[in-house]
Amino acid sequence: MKKQFFNVPDSSGHFGQYGGRFVPETLMPALIELEEAYLNLKKDKTFLRKLKELQKDFIGRATPLYFAENLTQKIGGAKIYLKREDLCHTGAHKINNALAQALLAKKMGKTRVIAETGAGQHGVATATGAALAGLECDVYMGAEDVRRQSLNVFRMKLLGAKVIEVTLGSKTLKDAINEALRDWTTNVRNTHYVMGTAFGPHPYPMMVRNFQSVIGQEARRQILQKEKRLPDCLIACVGGGSNSIGLFHPFLKDNIKMIGVEAGGLGVKSGKHAARFAGGSLGVFQGCKSYLLQDDDGNVLGTHSVSAGLDYASVGPEHAYLRDMHKVEYTSVKDNEALKAFELLSRTEGIIPALESSHAIAQGIKTAKKLGNKSIIIINLSGRGDKDVQEVAKIKGISL
Amino acid sequence: MSRISKAFSHLHETGSKALIPYIMAGDPSLEATKKYISDLEAAGADIIELGVPFSDPLADGPTIQRASERALKHGTTLKKVLALVTEIRKTSEIPIILMTYYNLIFHYGVRTFVQDAVKAGVDGVIIPDLIPDEADELIVPARKYGLDTIFLLAPTSTKDRIAIATKAATGFIYYVSMTGITGSRLTTGKAMRDTLNSIRKDAGKPVAIGFGVSTPDEAAKVAVLADGVIVGSAIVKRIAEGKDIKKFVRSLKNAISKNRAVK
Ligand SMILES: Cc1ncc(COP(=O)(O)O)c(C=O)c1O
Repeated sequence: MKKQFFNVPDSSGHFGQYGGRFVPETLMPALIELEEAYLNLKKDKTFLRKLKELQKDFIGRATPLYFAENLTQKIGGAKIYLKREDLCHTGAHKINNALAQALLAKKMGKTRVIAETGAGQHGVATATGAALAGLECDVYMGAEDVRRQSLNVFRMKLLGAKVIEVTLGSKTLKDAINEALRDWTTNVRNTHYVMGTAFGPHPYPMMVRNFQSVIGQEARRQILQKEKRLPDCLIACVGGGSNSIGLFHPFLKDNIKMIGVEAGGLGVKSGKHAARFAGGSLGVFQGCKSYLLQDDDGNVLGTHSVSAGLDYASVGPEHAYLRDMHKVEYTSVKDNEALKAFELLSRTEGIIPALESSHAIAQGIKTAKKLGNKSIIIINLSGRGDKDVQEVAKIKGISL
Repeated sequence: MSRISKAFSHLHETGSKALIPYIMAGDPSLEATKKYISDLEAAGADIIELGVPFSDPLADGPTIQRASERALKHGTTLKKVLALVTEIRKTSEIPIILMTYYNLIFHYGVRTFVQDAVKAGVDGVIIPDLIPDEADELIVPARKYGLDTIFLLAPTSTKDRIAIATKAATGFIYYVSMTGITGSRLTTGKAMRDTLNSIRKDAGKPVAIGFGVSTPDEAAKVAVLADGVIVGSAIVKRIAEGKDIKKFVRSLKNAISKNRAVK
């Protein structure tokens, strides 16, 4: 029974009824080539050694597992540990995947990478990986996100990438992905698409999960060292689902409560949110079958979240599968709750979290209260909040 | 034999090629679409490819994306497009293919869609984000109720992919003229000619070329390589500009008809 969590996806990318490959035929040879290249690299000792070395010296891994003592005392419940992905080079977990894919692209003989980005963190990470690997880099970003994350836009430019503003559709992450897929369909021969989350057509959900699993592998080792036992609960925010699956996956064979936190926006009832599990239904979107926010006719709905990185209409197929298996529980946290957690963590611990991660913190606080002080929880602090400072000031009506 | 196969075999007998214009249903309105379809038929179209608008048309270029947005804004849905086809069938027997994205059909219910589409008089479907490997749920009822499933091939397609698509396709095979999205620029090279020849020979099914054909000259150039030519963005653009499409479509038909001499 337990073993099945490791047997997914199947050879064509299915996690139970989810996942698969729903793409234009033009891309199929590229996806097959990518899958083969990735599976070969997994066995390539030289590549793995190089990746490990860069994880250490370039990204700064292992990231600490930090006991948030002040926060724990303030809440008065379970012991709260933070997995400090905010301390990764470029400020979020996104670099774990982007760097590995940039190296993979180079190895495949591609000269150019493209990426989509919402919060800008994946765009910055891809631009960074491309600069290191010596690849040309174009990043697609919705016009609305360009506005919300102007700091990251400039960072990408400094890193030598071109930022292409997407003015079609809802002007957010999903439209950036449409444009990136169109670009890839056109330039597939020399270009690799660095997908930023555990979503899209096979092999991306599997490959990104595996590149992000370093989070959970380290956390597992670290908590055993510090507490001599496994935690009772893991909590992470879920946009496409990469930081969460990266934390959860190495713990799947353990009997641990896991909570994925989606963006509740202004509340699920308001319709302005990105809670795919609470408000969505089964659909096929941007390469895979999963839960999707859609209208009665099957058109994809606009989403809302204070955090650009969670503002997306669908969710990684493995999460849909783990939910069906009752292995992970999914809940949502509203904008105002996330903003409160953002401020609370800043003041109590001296750590400004990303607004995405603030959703996980907010849920962590609720869960810690419920569990007794004998319990231990790990919250994935997926990124730092510097990129969000401007937006938060604006929400608070403060002009900088 | 399906209306589509009949159309191709009839054209084959006379040594001519199929002209397959694409328009977006509901752009600017469903009544207008009905009129455009009869214009297209009168101007020499052999098969109609009718787009059903979707919120995220990832295989389409800006021209069709905008048409899609306009059609959605006017409330065009898959159900309404099926009703339109029912209406058209009262007066016309021209083969009609729906082109749309898989989520609309998946959400409708694949089997119910196939039944409703056949009942309405739809002859085939083209779904650019559905590869044959994922299409069993569609192919099984489509065979049962008689709906052609047209799959795509591209210049990047390997031997394996060609084998998979040609086996799953009925009606014809849609060959995307270049790696790209609708409305991109056309290229024809030797590699493309060779691939097309081998597909037509091995599959024994008609092949139509689309994406990037925008002028009568280009239509003539690709017509010699295939059994049919699909023209989309160039017509959709004329509709958006409020121009008459009859004359343009007639010029396309004339251009590809000249190939009779080449054959
Ligand atoms: C800091 C941070 N956390 C979380 C996310 C959400 O993505 P995922 O669910 O793939 O981890 C993002 C996405 O941009 C992010 O920047």
